[in-house]
Amino acid sequence: MMPLYAVLLLAVGTYAFRLAGPLLGHRLALSERLRHLLAVAAAVLLVALVATGALTQGHGFAGVARPAGVLVAGVLALRRAPFPLVVVAGAVTTALLRLCGVA
Amino acid sequence: MDMRSLLRTLEHATLRDIALVCLADALVGASFGAISVSGGLPLWVPIALSVLVFAGGSQFAAVGVVLSGGGALAAVATGLVLNARLLPFGFTVADALEGPLWRRLFGAQLITDESAAFVLRQDDGRRRRAAFWLCGVALYLVWNVSVLLGALAGGLIGDTDALGLDAAFPAVLLALVLPSLTDRRTRTAAVVGAVVAVAATPFVPAGLPVLLALVGLLFAGGPGAPGVSEVGVSEVGGSESVVPTAPGGVSGGASGGASGGVPAVAANVGAAEKEEVR
Repeated sequence: MMPLYAVLLLAVGTYAFRLAGPLLGHRLALSERLRHLLAVAAAVLLVALVATGALTQGHGFAGVARPAGVLVAGVLALRRAPFPLVVVAGAVTTALLRLCGVA
Repeated sequence: MDMRSLLRTLEHATLRDIALVCLADALVGASFGAISVSGGLPLWVPIALSVLVFAGGSQFAAVGVVLSGGGALAAVATGLVLNARLLPFGFTVADALEGPLWRRLFGAQLITDESAAFVLRQDDGRRRRAAFWLCGVALYLVWNVSVLLGALAGGLIGDTDALGLDAAFPAVLLALVLPSLTDRRTRTAAVVGAVVAVAATPFVPAGLPVLLALVGLLFAGGPGAPGVSEVGVSEVGGSESVVPTAPGGVSGGASGGASGGVPAVAANVGAAEKEEVR
């Protein structure tokens, strides 16, 4: 579950990241290397969330239906389908597979 | 600074792009609200996250960690690492927020991938300010309203697994992150991270695998490495040497609008070479 203190911690930390530039922008510069690392870190975490969210449930395998749906969504996203279509197609694929008895 | 002068300052194309990004984010926000509540979180969680954190990627990440059984602190840590990218954005757009302290304190909350991207595309100081405030305020309102509506709708959904909604969460994230994967080293880092996270899942407490993915950063290379796109601002707080970068899906035209400019998209602002790499 998500207790209030966790929401507040995330909110305060995020606000601090945002405020540093507007407050210290005149006195401080970020290195190009740090900028690059932070951007890559964000992409790495998001992709890891996609992979674990698609493939795992608890400590085990999520079954075939869910990753199949995510795969369909990924292919559509690569082909630049509109966002709603991407998400709905993913969910519908998974739902149809389950309807057919594929877990 | 009133609304009408903001609108007059910006070009028609910029106003249209901001509207398109708002529309795309409304859909992402509604998905976030619906997925959170239908996954079992109380109504106040997605709403409080949206009002207070206001960063879509980290909101999805935190909720995803918690819904998969992870601890609250793992959720916070994941969200914070994701949002650390807002730190350089803050330095990039600092000039657009100049003014009394209250204005900077208030404006800071409006810094997102999108508002930073729109500021980067303006070269003149007045336009940078106008783009920042218009995009920031509009997105803040649109995002929170759509999350609320999605969360209310999510409460009405019965069997979420039968509807395949568990696939919607990774699907949303995938659509959000794809535009930032155009650079080869970023892709390598992300793939290594994902493999580590999935392989670790059976053995470590929930929430930790995603953080372990950060070992992928060892493959991130440096900013000067070939094929790496850089954020095109070198002068601190200055408006010079701004490379007109294309935030994913925003300037790329109306067609791809939805998948790109969303609070989650990580390296979007820097991913200028997107089109060529694909």
